[in-house]
This record gives sequence, C-alpha cells and structure tokens, in this order.
Amino acid sequence: MQNAEKKCAVKKCAMEKSSVTEKVFMSLTGLFLCLFLVVHLGGNLLLFKQDGGAAFNAYSHFMETSWIIRVIEIFLLLFFLTHIFMAIKLTIKNKQARPVSYAVNKASENSSWFSRNMEITGGVIFIFLCVHLYNFMFSQRFFHHYPSMYAAVRTVFQNPWYVLFYVICLSWVGFHLIHGVQSSFQSLGLRHPIFTPWIKKLGVLFAALIFLGFLSLPVYFFFSRTSRRNVQSAISHQLKIENGFKRGASQ
Amino acid sequence: MKFTLKVWRQKNAQEQGSFVTYEVFGISEDMSFLEMLDVLNEDLTLKGEEPVAFAHDCREGICGTCGLFINGRAHGPLTGTTTCQLHIRHFKDGETITIEPWRAKAFPVIKDLVVDRSAFDRILQAGGFVSVNVGSAPEANGILVPKKNADEAFDTAACIGCGACVAACKNASAILFVSAKVSHLSLLPQGKPERRTRVLNMVKTMDEEGFGNCTNTGACEVECPKGITLASIARLRREYCKAKIKG
Repeated sequence: MQNAEKKCAVKKCAMEKSSVTEKVFMSLTGLFLCLFLVVHLGGNLLLFKQDGGAAFNAYSHFMETSWIIRVIEIFLLLFFLTHIFMAIKLTIKNKQARPVSYAVNKASENSSWFSRNMEITGGVIFIFLCVHLYNFMFSQRFFHHYPSMYAAVRTVFQNPWYVLFYVICLSWVGFHLIHGVQSSFQSLGLRHPIFTPWIKKLGVLFAALIFLGFLSLPVYFFFSRTSRRNVQSAISHQLKIENGFKRGASQ
Repeated sequence: MKFTLKVWRQKNAQEQGSFVTYEVFGISEDMSFLEMLDVLNEDLTLKGEEPVAFAHDCREGICGTCGLFINGRAHGPLTGTTTCQLHIRHFKDGETITIEPWRAKAFPVIKDLVVDRSAFDRILQAGGFVSVNVGSAPEANGILVPKKNADEAFDTAACIGCGACVAACKNASAILFVSAKVSHLSLLPQGKPERRTRVLNMVKTMDEEGFGNCTNTGACEVECPKGITLASIARLRREYCKAKIKG
C-alpha cells in the first residue's frame, strides 16, 4: 500500500514541470536551432557560386515548394516559439527571484559577460529575426517584391544600413552561441572532465564560424557592388580619356 | 589600518533599509572580517547606537552561518573562503568597503545583514535524508562504497549551506546547493531507497521557495567557499531526468 502511494507520488511529481525540465526544453530547442543555422548557412553559401544565382534560386525554389520543408518549418517555428517563450518566462522568474539588487556587484569577476546577458543577446536576435524574415522570406514568398531570391539578396545587401545592421546582429548571434552551445550541454547534464573543456572550445569555434560564415554574404554583396561601381567608373573614365584623344586628333 | 564601511542597515523585514557609512580605526591586518565588525559594534555600543546585526557561529569556515556580500562579491574578494576566514590583510588601508546582505526573494532580510535562510532547511526536509535501521550500530564494512564514489560524495558533502551560490547567482538560483545535497546522497548506497523521490521533491521545493533558474553562468562555482563544482549540477540534472523518465 505504502509502495503504491509512493509510486503515485513519484508519478504525480514526474508529471509536473520544473525549472530543470524547462532548461531541458531550452537546451534541446537551442541545439536544434544550432543545427538549423548550419543547414541555413550551407544553403546560403550557394550564393558564392558564380552562375548568376541559378544554383541559389533553384535551392530557394526547393525550400519554398517542398512539402518536407513545410513540415520541418512547422517544427522549426514551434522550436523557435518554445525557445523564445520559455526564455521570456524564465527571465521574468529570474528577475523576480532578486527583487532588490546589489549596490555593488562585481559579477565580471565570477562569470562571463556572454553568460550573464543571454536575454539581451537573445532579444537582439529576435529583432534581427523579424527584420530578416521580412527582408527575405515574407517579401519574396508572400509579397513577391523581387524577381528571384538571388535578386532579393543582392538588392538588400546594396543598402549600407542593412549591411551594418546585419553585421551588428550577426555578432550578437555569435555572442549568444558562445555561451549557448556549452550551456545547452550542461543543461542536459552532459558534463565530463575530458569532453566539457572541448565542448566549451568547440562552442566558441562554432559561434565564430557561424558569425563569419553568415557575415561573408552581406559583406561580399556590398563590396562586390562597390567594386562593380569602381569598374564602371574606371571604364567611363577610360572612355572619356579616349574621347578626349579623338577630339584632340580631329582638331 | 582604517576603513570606511558602507553597511546595509535595516530595522526589520518590514521596513526599508539603507546604507550607513561608518569609519573604523586601529584595525589589525591579522583580524578576520567579522572581528572588524566586532570592533565597529563595540564602538557603536559605546556611543549608545544599535550594533550592526550579522550572522556568525563557528568562525572556522565550517558552519555556513556567516555570509556577507563584500565589495560586490559573496564572502568577499577571495575564492574558497567564508566571510569569517577572510582577513583584513586582503584589503587596502583606507579602502571603502561596501557590505550587503545576501539578496534573494527566498532569503528575506531579517535585520541589517542577517537573512532568513530557512528556505534551505525546507529543501532539505523535502529530500535531504536517508532511511536507516534504528537500533545497534551496523557493521562498519557491511556496506561497501567504491573509493571514487566515496570521494565524490565527500566533495559534495562539503557544502555548508551558506547560501553564497544563491547570493552570487544573477538569478538567485539555489541549484548548486540542491545539487550538492542530491549528489552527496545519490552517490552512496545508503541514499538509494529515496533516490528518485529525493531529486524530484527537492527541485520542486526549490522552485516553490522562489529561487531563480540556473543559466549556467558558473558564478556559484567560483564563489562557493567549499569548491562545489558545476559537475554536481550536471549530476542533479541527470538524476532528475532519470527520475522523470522512470517515473
């Protein structure tokens, strides 16, 4: 009888959500989003193919029309929403846990800036996500602002303000990942004296690669525009000189 | 040595507190931090003022009663030290020292620098125990414990429940304390009967007491005077997930 009661109590407790399970959700959704970043970057690198955007347009057409991608997209949306709402819920709870803050707090002496400001870096990423979705996904898939996705990328990244915005926001994605990757392993209880230092290093490397990988696109398109302009101005300058010579010769 | 002390003064839990500045003179560098506060309190008593209330007991760094937030750090600027084991020689002559109580919703201020840490007691009541047969003392070698487990259990059993982990954590999370207790008992054969219920009940009580959620900043590990590490938090998470899955 007592055993049955005990089992019942354990089952009841097991059904309840707790701070530990919430972190497990944060961690799993976060790791899935990291995987998404890798796939997203892999597809985006097709933009570097010198074929006038044919490969990238074919890729984006597949992403827009495939039903498998639709299903994955639903999961992706769910994971994003879970990660965001859980983060908001935990942040509110965490702020309530210390209603009076310290007058002097030297937090930098015991923890990193990245680990203490996940809600801020996450907030910047959320704003970035909204702008990014508007720039490409909504404007192309729903409003058809551009003839192709390649054209959309080229047009958006010719605007220096957008490029600056992307550079700043992508760096904050990197900041979020510096702590996020290693933290997600810890939240799952995956800690090992040999592997954990490597996980930490690989987390920072992953953050750097994601940052540099995505950064390369707006920078490349912005400066290739500038270089195209330079080429055009050089050609027109050459033409002017040649015309001047011709005029001089005819006189 | 002389110091300017900015001390948090609060009459009781209901009233608002504020910082009061005091000057202390003739402090020896060999004094402990608490002995400096004793000097301050003697001065205040002689002047007919209310002495500063602060919690202390063993003054040997083993009871976990003392705990002050000194110059922005739990237990002061050193690591692996309780407030009572912090010595004046680690401060500069003439320095201004800000002294605050632990700040957490679950640790309400009772008076001045004293906080109510009974939330920790309630967490322990929820699962920090083992079932033992009463009666005559059992045979010492009757239950065998692997050396590795005994060492790890002992490391986590070193937790004195001072609350520095909560004080240092930006979210006022108590998970390092809870994980030390869960690790200590789950690593030993004596702790096996309540292994699943312990972790579930202790985490549940921790959440109910209003502590924040761990965001793995690692501040608790740095400030813990007994060197409890994040490995014990990872063990708690594994124990918790196992208990949840096995139901």
